[in-house]
Parts: sequence; C-alpha cells; structure tokens
Amino acid sequence: MIDLTIDGRKISVREGSSILDAAKSLGIFIPTLCHHPKLSSFGGCRLCIVEIKGTRNPVSSCTAPASEGMEVTTSSPQIERLRKMVLELILSDHPYDCMLCETAGACELQELAYYYDAKHTTYAGERRKYEKRDNNPFLNRDMEKCIMCGKCVKICDEVQGVGAIDFAYRGFKSKVCPQYEEDLNCEFCGQCVSVCPSGALTGRMWARKGRQRDIREVDTVCPYCGTGCNITLHIKNNEIIRVSSSPDTWNEGLLCVKGRFGYEFVNSPDRLTKPLIREGSAFREASWDEALEYTAARLLDIKNSYGSDAIGGLSSAKCTNEENYIFQKFVRAAIGTNNVDHCARLCHAPTVTALASIFGSGAMTNSIAEIENAEVIFIIGSNTKESHPVVANRMIRAFRKGAKIIVADPRRVPLARFSEIFLQQKPGTDVALLNGIAHIIVKEKLYNSEFIKEQTQGFEEWMKSVDSFNPEYTSSITGVPKEKIISAARTYGSSRKAGIFYAMGITQHTTGYDNVCAVANLALLTGNIGRPSCGINPLRGQNNVQGASDAACLPDVYPGYQSVGSPDVREKFEKKWGTPLSAEKGLTATEMMPAAIQGRLKALYIMGENPVLSGPNTGNTIKALESLDFLIVQDIFLTETAKLAHVVLPGSCFAEKDGTFTNTDRTVQLVRKAVEMPGDARDDLQIISAVSARLGYKLEYEGPEEIFREFREVWPNISGISYKRLNKKRLSWPCTSSNHPGTPFLYKQGFPKGKASFTPTAFAPPAEETDAEYPYILTTGRNLYQYHTGTMTRKSGAIESHAGRAYIELNTADAERLNIIQGETIKVSSRRGSINIEARIVDTISSGVVFVPMHYCEAIANILTLDALDSRSKIPEFKACAVMIDKYNSSPPDLI
Amino acid sequence: MHEKLTYILDRHLKNQGSLISLLQDTQDVFGYLPKEAINWYSKELDIPASRFFGLASFYAQFHLHPRGKNLVAVCCGTACHVRGAERIINAVQRELNLDDLSDTTDDGEFTIEKPACIGACSMAPVVLINGKPKGKANADIITKEIRALKKAGTKDNG
Ligand code: SF4
Ligand code: SF4
Ligand code: SF4
Ligand code: FES
Ligand code: FES
Repeated sequence: MIDLTIDGRKISVREGSSILDAAKSLGIFIPTLCHHPKLSSFGGCRLCIVEIKGTRNPVSSCTAPASEGMEVTTSSPQIERLRKMVLELILSDHPYDCMLCETAGACELQELAYYYDAKHTTYAGERRKYEKRDNNPFLNRDMEKCIMCGKCVKICDEVQGVGAIDFAYRGFKSKVCPQYEEDLNCEFCGQCVSVCPSGALTGRMWARKGRQRDIREVDTVCPYCGTGCNITLHIKNNEIIRVSSSPDTWNEGLLCVKGRFGYEFVNSPDRLTKPLIREGSAFREASWDEALEYTAARLLDIKNSYGSDAIGGLSSAKCTNEENYIFQKFVRAAIGTNNVDHCARLCHAPTVTALASIFGSGAMTNSIAEIENAEVIFIIGSNTKESHPVVANRMIRAFRKGAKIIVADPRRVPLARFSEIFLQQKPGTDVALLNGIAHIIVKEKLYNSEFIKEQTQGFEEWMKSVDSFNPEYTSSITGVPKEKIISAARTYGSSRKAGIFYAMGITQHTTGYDNVCAVANLALLTGNIGRPSCGINPLRGQNNVQGASDAACLPDVYPGYQSVGSPDVREKFEKKWGTPLSAEKGLTATEMMPAAIQGRLKALYIMGENPVLSGPNTGNTIKALESLDFLIVQDIFLTETAKLAHVVLPGSCFAEKDGTFTNTDRTVQLVRKAVEMPGDARDDLQIISAVSARLGYKLEYEGPEEIFREFREVWPNISGISYKRLNKKRLSWPCTSSNHPGTPFLYKQGFPKGKASFTPTAFAPPAEETDAEYPYILTTGRNLYQYHTGTMTRKSGAIESHAGRAYIELNTADAERLNIIQGETIKVSSRRGSINIEARIVDTISSGVVFVPMHYCEAIANILTLDALDSRSKIPEFKACAVMIDKYNSSPPDLI
Repeated sequence: MHEKLTYILDRHLKNQGSLISLLQDTQDVFGYLPKEAINWYSKELDIPASRFFGLASFYAQFHLHPRGKNLVAVCCGTACHVRGAERIINAVQRELNLDDLSDTTDDGEFTIEKPACIGACSMAPVVLINGKPKGKANADIITKEIRALKKAGTKDNG
C-alpha cells in the first residue's frame, strides 16, 4: 500500500493506482475528458492536471501513479486557469452548435465548459472541416465535434475486440476514422457512442426525437438474448426514443446492436392493435368480447368432444416469468392437460434433461461476471460474439487478463480471433471431439483424482468408453488435426479454473443429450465445477428461456422442475390450484406437430412463438398447424404462424408491462413498464385470465407481483426473491430466504443429489448424412443483427436495412467448383424442400459445410432441416442435414 | 494482386520487419497503398485495417490513393501560404475538377498534393510540377502549365 496526501487528506491506495484513482476514493472530483476507468489510460486531454509538491509542472493525474509520501493539490487558481485554457483550446476547434446537437444536456464537454465559463472565442482560428458523412444506418459520426479523446478507439479495440476505428493523419488534420475513411462497417454495438464525451458520436435513430427535456427514463432488461443486459429506455410521449445502459449496471453499460438499436419494433405501425377472427381466407377485426367468447367456446367445444389432451399450449421465452407461470397454470388447471411447452425444446432441451439428471439442475453453473477471472475458456458450439455479445465482452476481458481461449466450431466464428486453439470440427461430431479430449486427459493423467473420488461415481466404467477415442480416431471423425485435440486437452485438462461454454451447436442434434453429457464429463473429470470462474455453462438463447423453464412451460414438470409424475407433488399443486390435475406427461412442442397431423391434437394456443419459422421442417409445421381445428395465436405482430390462426389476440411487448425475466445465469431481474400498449392490444396476463374465466377457472391476480408471490411459494429456490428486493438488486437463484444473497455459482457444497455420475457416450453420426445426391452438410444458426424469427428485429428499421437479406455461407473452394459467384442467387435443396438464397462466399466455413441463418421468412432455413429428434430430449437436429446446391432455378418455393 | 501480396508478406514475416516497412514494400510495388492490400494484411495478420490506415496516414511518405500520371504539388508551408498558395490550390482544383475530398482526377491523369514547406521559401509560393519547381507561381501560370500537360497527354493517348 502507498500512503499519500491529497488536498490535505491522507489516503492509502494499492500500488499501481493513479493519483486520479486515489482522489476518487476520497470523493474528490477531478475533471477528465479522455479517461475511462475500464480502458487503458491515454493522458491526452490534460484536463485532469494536478500539482505535486516539489514538482514544477502540473501532471496528468490519470496517468501519474500515486507514490509514497506524495502531496497532491487538485485545485488551485493556477490549475483551474490551465484547465480553462485547455477547454477553450478544444472549443476553439469545435462547431459550437449545441443548439442542434443531439448530445446537448448530456455532453461532458458542454458541462465542463459551463462550469469553467470557458468561451469559444479566445483562440478563434481555423476550424477543422470534415464534410464526409458516414452512411452507416446506426451511428452518426460528426467528426467536427470530435475532441480526440480516444475513448472510442480504445473501447472498440480493448473491450469490443473489433478495432473498427483508429486515429489517422496527424496534426491539425488528425481524426478518428475507419480505414480509408470508409463508412463504418463493424459490429455496431455502440459502445463508442456510450463513451464519447461530446456530440461526435450519436445514434442515428435518436436524431430530433428529443434530448433531455420531458424525457422519462425507465430501467429495464433487454428483450433479446439470455445475457440479460440492463437497459434504460428513454421515453417521450409514449415512444421509446433512445436506449442506453448505465456504466454501473452489471453489464457495465455494454450492449450489443440489438439491445442498443433494436427498439423501433415497439412503435412499429405493424403492431397488432385489434383482435382478429378468421373468416374464410381473410381476417376481420373483432371486439375483445367477441374474440374471447369465440376462443373460449371453441376450446370448450373441443375439450368436451375430444378431451383435454386434444388441446395444447406453446408459451414463449420472450414473455415474463409471471406470464409463463400463468400460461402453464391455465393449460394445466383450466384446460386440464400437461400439453404445454415452449421454445426451449428447440434450443436447450438436452441441457435441461441431461444436466438435471446428472446434477439435479439444468442451468448455467457459474455467473457471467466470473468469466473475466477464468484461466481457460472452452467454447464449443456457441457463436458467443454474435449470439451473446456481451458475454463475449467478458471473455475478451478475460483474454486481456491472460486467459486462454479454446474455440470449437464448424465455422470460424468471430471469437476464434482471440483463441489460442481453434478446432473446426465437422457438424455433428461433438461427442467424438469431447471424448477425444477426455481420452488425452485420462491418458496423461491430468484429471482431478481427489474430486473424482469425493464427488463423482462411475469413473472407471466411463473411462473405458473413451478408450477408443485416441487422437487418430477422433481426428478421422471430426476432421480436427490430432495435435490440436491434444493441445486443447492439455490446456483445458491442466487448469482448475476452466469454464466450458456451449449453446445450440451442442444441443441441436439428435445426439444433443449425449453431447451435453460429454461436456459434463469433462467438467467432472477435471473438477471444474462448484468453484468460481469455471463450470458448465449453457448459454441460453432467449431473454427469459431460463424463466419459462423454471415456471414450467414444460410438459413433464410443475413450476420449479417438480415432476408431474409424482403423486405427492401433484397433490400439492392440486391443493394450491384448487382443481384436479392430469397425471399424464404432456406432449413436447416437437411432438405436438405430428400429433396435430395425426388428428390427436385439435387445438393449440400459441403465445408469442413463431414455429413456422423456428420449428424444424417448415413444410411439416405448416401442415400440422393447418390440420388443427382451432389455432389461437397471441402475439404482437401478425407472424407467419399468426397468419394461419383462427383467432389472433394482440398482446403486449416487454416495454409495456411489469414482470421479471430470468437470464442465462439464473438471475432474476425486474422488467418495468415504460409505455402504453398500442390500440386495443392487451396485457398478456389479462388475456389469459379472461380466457380462463370463460372456461370456468378463475385466474385472478392484482398484478404480476402477486403471481410472482405464488410462484415463489411453490418453488423454494426463489422463495427469498421479492419485487421489493429486485428493485434494488438482481438476484440469482437459489435464493432461499429474504436475506439470502443469491447464488452466483452452484454446487459450492457439493451436488444436491450426492455424487454426480459420469455418463458414457458413444459417437453416432447425424440422422441424415451426406451422399452423392445431397453432398453438403447444412448447419443453421443466427447472426449478430437479427434475432430468431425476426419478429422484432426485422421491424427495427436500422437493423433491417443493414442485415435484411437472407444468405447462405459457403466455402470459397466449393463456390469455385460450383461456379458460383459472390451475391449470386442459388437454389439449396434437401429431401424436405428447397429455397432460393443469395450466396455469400466465405473462408470461415469448411469446404463441404454450408450455413443458413434462421431469421428470414423469404428463405426459411427450416424448410431444409429435418424433424429427426433426439430420443431423450426431443430436440430436433437443426445443426446438420444434407443438402444440394444448384444454380438458381426461377421457380420460387411456394410454401407460405 | 494476391500473389504479390503473399510474396511481400512472406518476405516481411521472414525478416521480422516493422509494419512500416511492410507498407513501404507495398507502396514500392503498387505506387500507393491499395485498399485491398490493407484489408488483406489485416485479415492475414489479424490486425485491424483501421490501425494500418492510422499508421499509413500518419506518415507523409505513404500515398493512400492511386496517383495520377502528373503530380502537381502546391507547397502549403507558412511562407507559401502567406503568399497565396490557397488561391493556387483553388485554381488547380477548378481546372482539374477536384475538391477537398478527391485529389486525383477520374481519368488518372493528375494528382494534386499539398506538402508542407519544401525548403524553397525564397521563391514562395512554390509549386512542383512533376518534380520541377515553379517559383513565384500564381494561379494563371500554373493553370497554363496544366493545360499544356493535358494537351501533351491527349497527344500521347491519341
Ligand atoms: S459501434 Fe462498436 S464495433 Fe463499431 S466502432 Fe463503435 S465500438 Fe467499434
Ligand atoms: S469520437 Fe468521441 S470518443 Fe471518439 S475520440 Fe472523438 S470525442 Fe473521443
Ligand atoms: S447481449 Fe443480449 S441482452 Fe445484451 S444487449 Fe445484446 S441482445 Fe440484449
Ligand atoms: S483525463 Fe487525464 S489526460 Fe485526459
Ligand atoms: S513554405 Fe513553401 S517552400 Fe517553404
């Protein structure tokens, strides 16, 4: 520790602290412009100067280290005069059009000028003129207002890992720009905008929507991915005009392009505002009374003629915990069936089933914040940088702190740039790869014998199962060179602070369950579980997919993963809900479709899901939905699925209601209402309870908080969580009493089930392999900009203008062989159907593999995919099927 | 182009040269720093293209855009500035249909450059036309010179 005196007050600080840090911990304010606590220091603006006794010239406190016995003065007439001079110098080269500036009122430069009474005229000379305008759809870059603080350059490089911009030219002409002053073409995360101290960087869509006056700010949670970033909505006249995130949120103010710029859908003119009832092939508007009566009457009718099990419900991981809780309660108690599921079936069903059977719980074991202190980060089957961008920010920070990153993916995903080892396995060979890694860890005795002895069982048995996976064999299956397999095994195997991160690349296979088991085996083998910064970390897709599972929109469990098969549990819920419940497990989402085609399922109530695009084998999904006697879709837009409905009920979006979301690391966060719903759209809770009442089962609550109270009464893991506590602080479950701090990482005290078992896994090829006719492996997924079926992002103008076109990625060599050029439309077919789509030739994908993002209704990836299911978790194989590629044939597929 | 770039990059990696020397070699081959080259190096070396550009644009020796057959360098040092370099630049731009954002004509015949003091202040304002200094220049003289070069150019081509 170092002792020094600042403005006559004594303080001791850690070695390496700057004078600025020291002053801050004393609560002494020193003005800064180029300093940012999370970025390396630059020392360019000279605003933070202080005097040090015994030193002649003032020094920049942000770069000068505190040293023993130092006596610092942070403010004196001399210093204040110098600071004012610095400001006036900056202003002399500034357009001074605060009148029109988007940032006025929130501008650090303006604020400092105001306090220092710094005027514009003192050094009036020539001013920089930059006429070039950047035409990207997200950011306005007005470089005449740039004060060259460098924060944007640093955050883009150090935090975002992109480096899209840098200082260019020199002297008077110097400026910050992309190469060759081109238009910005980057990840458009807007981190640079958030740190810019002037009006140089702003959101393009903010322009002239309102600045500081008459703006309400509401703190809530991003509605897109499972990362669960905290955002602040800026509201003017019932319209969201800007999204920001404060540096003191858990995500430190970092967001991705969707969270920061993907909000325009809320105010889209395409929002559903009136209930719709099908008449022939068209819809007509209806009153709520009519729509609700009709819905209830049809449901009752079907229930009476075919029984409750002829009805199913699909809920949404976009909706709140409270809505999901009520939805499954409605299906179970009012309709009387366990036929309720949600899209987790299509993403993490293997995680939930496999991890629950091994450990007793199927969630991320460790928290996102812990990532930055990991030693080794093993990412397999997750395109983290695009699908969970702010999780990737933590990984990049870990990298900067020296962590080693291993990436295994059939595509060279962007995070591979930071990897020490990149393994490009063939789609569908993950079990082999993971077993091959385990083989080396076993052979080289890198495993954690103590942990294996104390906390696991079945080790000896299991060891035999990886025996055959020697590097040669593994390499022959996966296509990964054996040296890389060995070095990945050594890197992961010899660390005791190593976390595995995975997503759909692991789960969306017919071997999804085994894939997850193989991941779990590695963690058990090395004991990388039950401590900080390690663990098994399934990155969950949707903002509230964890919560929708917790709330039991699942056919086999009641809220809190309590089995519907257990008579005791059932009795408990029958008592609580005051009605007899079905003892039969229900249908999964993927089983509902065939059941509809076979006529066993007659009615389906879909809340906020779009299975036409998201389900496998689109042709089949459409056929299934069309076979239903009655389809109810409750949504905010007329989605491809809603178009097939008999009745469409206009619901509300995340910004229009109160509730909670549970993010991927089990953290429950408050969602707050910011704007009113459009037209006659209604709160989803009200809609469900209105239908339920008409079916004779009362679901009456004062509001979401009361529902949450009921939820926590039936599930001890969240019994300590309340809205009141959440208002102050997010809480990760388990949180079992009102003073329990929440649980960032699981299994500190061992596994609740006792010992965890190793699970032998065998390699099995994908359900459909390539052959002469269909020689390419198709894998599907997401891109950075769009979200899932695009219901929201495609209604957000900037995103759509930037990433509005469907494309297929194929390797340069394949393109050459097929004589396909960049941007050409080609025809891709599988045994299920075909799509016409634009070719994007890349070298990030292996030859023989092609990739289509799932977002686009013009070229539905799932027309191609097959509905083969993993036998245990019922997830479809989205990540591998066989396709052929032809030059364009002008007859477009005609499915919707 | 890829072959040339691979060759330059390989040699650079073997000699463990600096980025500056890589850029110099590239300019020696192409006469300027083509965008494609920067983007390609950026991908191969995993260094953001913006960083290459930042570096290249910092040094006056690098040309970021292809240069015309004829170079008109109007000195912008203090002495020349005071004696009306700005007016000459305006005239040249007018004559060649250029503005502040473009310094090479579309047909690739002329490039205008604005170097700092070229060390001939006694003759200010000075313009270098294809390396030959014209002292005590003015807008008319330089416009005439340019027209002469244009004529010669058409003859060559025709
Ligand atoms: S938007 Fe993000 S990626 Fe683009 S320049 Fe700014 S910080 Fe970099
Ligand atoms: S654009 Fe903004 S953040 Fe970037 S250097 Fe200029 S003033 Fe700083
Ligand atoms: S990372 Fe996910 S939660 Fe965060 S802003 Fe992006 S989409 Fe939203
Ligand atoms: S804040 Fe210290 S030099 Fe800019
Ligand atoms: S200023 Fe032009 S030659 Fe010196």
